[in-house]
Amino acid sequence: MKKDIILSGVGGQGILSIATVIGEAATESGVNLKQAEVHGMSQRGGDVQSNLRLSTEEIFSDLIPQGAADIIISMEPMEALRYLPYINKESWVITSSNTFINIPNYPEESKLFSELSSLPHVIQLPIEDLAKEHKIHKSANMILLGMAAPYIEILTPDQLRSAIATIFARKGEKVVEDNLKAFDLGLENGKK
Amino acid sequence: MEKKLLLGDEAIALGAINAGLSGVYAYPGTPSTEITEFIQGNALAQERGVHSRWCTNEKTAMEAALGMSYAGKRALVCMKHVGMNVCADAFVNSAVTGVNGGLIVLAADDPSMHSSQNEQDSRFYGKFAMIPVFEPSTQQEAYDMMSDAFELSERLKLPVLMRVVTRLAHSRAAVQISAPQEEKPFSPDNDRTHWVLLPVNARRQYLGLVDKQPEIEQASEKSKYNKLECFGQGEKKLGVIACGIAYNYVREARPTDVEVLKLSQYPMPVAQIQQLAKDCDRIIVVEDGQPVVEELVRTVVGADYAVEGRLNGKLPRTGELTPDSVAKAFGQAPFATLPAAENVVGRPPALCQGCGHRDVYTALNQVAAEYPGARIFGDIGCYTLGALPPFRSIDSCVDMGASITMAKGAADAGLFPAIAVIGDSTFTHSGMTGLLDAVNDKSNITVIISDNLTTAMTGGQDSAGTNKFEAICLGLGVEPEHVRVVVPLPKNMDEITKTIRDEINYNGVSVIIPRRECLRTLARKSRAKK
Repeated sequence: MKKDIILSGVGGQGILSIATVIGEAATESGVNLKQAEVHGMSQRGGDVQSNLRLSTEEIFSDLIPQGAADIIISMEPMEALRYLPYINKESWVITSSNTFINIPNYPEESKLFSELSSLPHVIQLPIEDLAKEHKIHKSANMILLGMAAPYIEILTPDQLRSAIATIFARKGEKVVEDNLKAFDLGLENGKK
Repeated sequence: MEKKLLLGDEAIALGAINAGLSGVYAYPGTPSTEITEFIQGNALAQERGVHSRWCTNEKTAMEAALGMSYAGKRALVCMKHVGMNVCADAFVNSAVTGVNGGLIVLAADDPSMHSSQNEQDSRFYGKFAMIPVFEPSTQQEAYDMMSDAFELSERLKLPVLMRVVTRLAHSRAAVQISAPQEEKPFSPDNDRTHWVLLPVNARRQYLGLVDKQPEIEQASEKSKYNKLECFGQGEKKLGVIACGIAYNYVREARPTDVEVLKLSQYPMPVAQIQQLAKDCDRIIVVEDGQPVVEELVRTVVGADYAVEGRLNGKLPRTGELTPDSVAKAFGQAPFATLPAAENVVGRPPALCQGCGHRDVYTALNQVAAEYPGARIFGDIGCYTLGALPPFRSIDSCVDMGASITMAKGAADAGLFPAIAVIGDSTFTHSGMTGLLDAVNDKSNITVIISDNLTTAMTGGQDSAGTNKFEAICLGLGVEPEHVRVVVPLPKNMDEITKTIRDEINYNGVSVIIPRRECLRTLARKSRAKK
């Protein structure tokens, strides 16, 4: 079994924390993993993505071939659309519906959302709004991970929950609590 | 054995520490920065007092590492590929002096130029200096190679070059960790004739380097990192040479009926290539970066033998390899994909909101508009983003330090006003010597040292000149009344523009230092305080 995941967003939105949690869960459960990250110049508010590959077999390439990704997990709706050539008609797109507009020519939102909604398998939630509403504004990315959790399959939601506890432990109990709350919120609200 | 999830860079760092490293010397540069940062944060390295403070540039780093090797200890120098150009003098000559303690020079190449100005291939430098080169294909190999490379370095008494690419440096995988070895004892080399490269010694040393070549080649032929493997049952096989990380893309494509030479140690193992050429009637060379091996293989197999790769268009001539480009080279059809979306536009990186560089460019644009001949020579760092909208301020960006010297040359040719914009860390890296040239020539230039008290682009490492810039400029001979400091904030715009205007109108070298801490560094410090 394998799951190839494209994580995407805008520099600074926290996609690497999602990758870290999945990475911890994979290591704990003995699932093979390769994860190519983006560091450097593009982190300054540009588009960023990470290729995350999980498999019970040996993984060769650090990069996912086009069309082979099973899931796009995106912190931003236009950034989800950017990677469509990496997925196929069976793949899932799990994305925030809160736009991040830091460029003058951002597409018209009605057109963007109509294109997004027309995809075969898509789940979108306004994760930034939800995070604010539940007073966990720094944990929006874990809401997104919760939404994606049922589709990662190779790892269970419980394995991801314990990875969250491990990863955020050094930041204190409150941070762990907030992130678990966010994860569960995404898990409940994300189900189709 | 313990297993850890590590970036390629972190695997290199931990591999070096566990191989008994005594010092890492480096200047930050993507994609190599995380190696030194990992060593700085590692408990064993701290306990052992392994040197890990940042250096002013790659040349000072290379020379200091050579000094540590001279004293008998294992040393590592790390840099991005263009850093090899900066330290080339010391690097090439370190192969002539030879080493005492093991010395590894780590060059992180950036094919596709994710964060760079070119995609030069550091393997050329290995051949140029006539030393062994290691090129790992996985994070595990990167870890394992550090110990082997130190041993080879000490056995051959030569520095060893280790070449990685962005995709390995910045990709994470599980790595089996071995037990740490002891550091090497302090034992300075007593043989001056190796180290004093007067012509009489240098000729002998160079001849010695030439004489070592067969031994270096033998090390490649016997290396556990190079191997011939067959896949598939067919009789007629396609030959594949897969260098470093390219091996993963070849395996990902799962080609049938191929014989693969996995190549991770250079110089090329000629006997194995001859064997491959004999077994097959055609060879594809798959390598990330420039067609280094592809060109050399042609000299081994002869002009009539079919060699394919980047040079004949089988693989793209530029840019990093992908599983897609390699699969295509094997004639495989791509997977079915969803079509590209219509409602997507580019999202280029930008200077952070509230960043002091923004105020510098706002002021420069305002003043430059008053002078029809104004040109602004830029440099390497976050502030290179001043080339993009909304600022579109800078007219050039070439290499570390070139802002000052290009402004000087253009001013020599009559260009006015010639303005240079350089960051604090880039100024101490390679700007100071150019400023001295300008002072000695009384060039009519205005230099802006945009000081944010850190090396920001690579993630906020310490900057070598912090708190020293006025003293450096005065010491180099800039007149005290033309060393001006301003605080880049919107509320100071009138003062900043007046200062720039005044200094442009002064016929000579002026330095303006807009100084305000990088917001990201500031935020990180205040988080750490909590």
